[in-house]
Amino acid sequence: MRHIISVLMENEAGALARVVGLFAQRGYNIESLNVAPTDDQTLSRLTLVTKGEDRVVEQITKHLNKLIEVVKLVDLTEGSHIERELMMVKVRATGAQREEVKRTCDIFRGQIIDVTPTTYTIQVTGNEEKVNAFMDALSGATIMEVVRTGVSGLARGDKTLSL
Amino acid sequence: MTQAAHEPEMLSGGEMLIRSLKDQGVEFIYGYPGGAVLHIYDAIHNQSDVKHILVRHEQAATHMADAYARASGKAGVVLVTSGPGATNAITGIATAYMDSIPMVVITGQVMSHLIGDDAFQETDMMGLSRPIVKHNISVRDPADIPTIVKKAFYIAESGRPGPVVIDIPKDMTMPNEKFPYEYPDRIKMRSYNPVKKGHSGQIRKAVNALLQAKRPIIYSGGGVILGKASKELTQLAHQLNYPVTNTLMGLGAFPGTDRQFIGMLGMHGAYEANMTMHNADLILAIGARFDDRVTNNPAKFCPDATIIHIDIDPASISKIIQADIPIVGPVKPVLKEMLEQIEQSKLKVDNEALGLWWEQIDEWRQRHGGRYRSDDSEKMKPQHVIETLCKVTNGDAYICSDVGQHQMFAAQYYKYNKPNRWINSGGLGTMGFGLPAAMGVQLNYPDAAVVCVTGEGSIQMNIQELATCKQYQLPVKVLCLNNGYLGMVRQWQDMNYESRYSNSYVDSLPDFVALAEAYGHAGIRIESPDELEAKLTEAMAITDKVVFIDVQIDPDEHVYPMQVPGGCMADMFLSKTERT
Repeated sequence: MRHIISVLMENEAGALARVVGLFAQRGYNIESLNVAPTDDQTLSRLTLVTKGEDRVVEQITKHLNKLIEVVKLVDLTEGSHIERELMMVKVRATGAQREEVKRTCDIFRGQIIDVTPTTYTIQVTGNEEKVNAFMDALSGATIMEVVRTGVSGLARGDKTLSL
Repeated sequence: MTQAAHEPEMLSGGEMLIRSLKDQGVEFIYGYPGGAVLHIYDAIHNQSDVKHILVRHEQAATHMADAYARASGKAGVVLVTSGPGATNAITGIATAYMDSIPMVVITGQVMSHLIGDDAFQETDMMGLSRPIVKHNISVRDPADIPTIVKKAFYIAESGRPGPVVIDIPKDMTMPNEKFPYEYPDRIKMRSYNPVKKGHSGQIRKAVNALLQAKRPIIYSGGGVILGKASKELTQLAHQLNYPVTNTLMGLGAFPGTDRQFIGMLGMHGAYEANMTMHNADLILAIGARFDDRVTNNPAKFCPDATIIHIDIDPASISKIIQADIPIVGPVKPVLKEMLEQIEQSKLKVDNEALGLWWEQIDEWRQRHGGRYRSDDSEKMKPQHVIETLCKVTNGDAYICSDVGQHQMFAAQYYKYNKPNRWINSGGLGTMGFGLPAAMGVQLNYPDAAVVCVTGEGSIQMNIQELATCKQYQLPVKVLCLNNGYLGMVRQWQDMNYESRYSNSYVDSLPDFVALAEAYGHAGIRIESPDELEAKLTEAMAITDKVVFIDVQIDPDEHVYPMQVPGGCMADMFLSKTERT
């Protein structure tokens, strides 16, 4: 099953290496991972998506909690939550394709953020499913380059992951 | 000194490091100098509170510190230089990590501005050690050194203990750059708060299950020794009259000569211990981690048992075997609360069922599964050597073992009545551990009888330390069960490879007696079982020097019982010809 684990950790050198190292050492898989400082500069927030049996995911959260720099964590998929990912796609946009790509982009509420006579660079945000669907919809066009941030997320309602 | 009391002393980074160790109460550090740590070594030279023990190889420094921790419960301290000094320490750090031993390892590093340039003797110790430490810290500002040292000890010794590495670039220890020194009283960290007690509701559930059991067993591990809960374990077991088995790491937590002790369990566990486990309806696991050398095939593990698992580390619970009643917490307060709740409970131990259970266990005991044959008096049996050692030392010596057959014999046939007396590398299985471990214990307990039980294979992995023994007058006894083979490898080759002894014969062995004498020690060779007890007694009576006891043993002996791979706990080979 897919899990989104959100981690609040000390914003210190080496902390990220410890998280990534843990996954490599124990053979856990990472689908995506992103990390950046929070409003409190001493803390970083890391979101990672992993797949595994419940038993394995339980071990993952326990081992993450054991890392000295990890302050708190939550498995967002245990409750209702919001997840978003940002993707930028550079596509060939010439001839009839130019209009077609623009239409597809509009349907997905994407934005064209860079234009040349032969290319569009499109930004799309949404959950993983939507971002994947947009990629599928572009299958007729020539995709030149794709970059994705990986998933970020938080719990719905009053629940927070904070100190 | 005319300095005002409130004005802190000005010290260099190197001086602050050593002063911090002193203020932490450290008496000995074990190490080896080199370029990156020379400022620190100069600071050591200029004081006398913290004494440095010069080993002959950095691995030995880590094992000395580790064994001190195993015997005392306090973190041992290692100091090595960058590059090869640090990499040589790796095996010892991994050894401590696998057995949850508190240790603080200080490694030198090249100057900060050279890091990443492939400088002379540079290695990324933070990266190298990361998977085998509880934590590691790189010093970036000399002023932080006292806090970092305090933090390292706090992390190493609290919660589930483990090694902590402090990596110090040389420019953090410059002699003429001084900083105000103050050693913190304690450390508070928002991201690290080890659990202090167990959940009372879970303990209540556990007590209810415990008192309703008909075929119970207490399975206790190294966590009871690390958690200093031997007394509480013994009290609980006696109060309930339940059988107790110990893991390899847990030997001594419950008295080995107690009637309720049914031996070590696992791959080379006692027949009765493995049978009792397999047939139990309730297992109380205390500070044990269901290691693969204990469970055999987890899918076939103890099919009827309800499992209560007490451990300080939540990641150890339900990792291999699903716990029915997990209790996260330090074993000592959890066992104390358990005892209180048992006192108050309306339930009582089912003595009738327990009586039948003990009858069954005693029947298994009578079968004497896997006991060696002593009828063949021509040949020196390793088991007999260990039993004789136990006799001549009154079961009261510190036994520091190496790794292999001799380790299993020392676990099976020496009766440990006290915790912290059996010192071995259980998790990592590090050959070469025994001699430096014995030295670490002897240094800190100068009046104690300390025996390194080893083989001719293991001893040669750190034999250079015989020189360190001489320098610091550490009169350890080295009991070498010499069969001319890497015995455990040979045993597996006998059992699985039709006795094709690929590289398990240790050719060109030195004359160990002459070698010991060359180092300035005494050597004794024992060749016949008739002279065993007299010569061992004679060796143990020499308290002022190292005695290397080279015992020529039967090379054909196997360690039994041995669990049948892929089977359940009760599937065992009991001898070369019998199995369950």
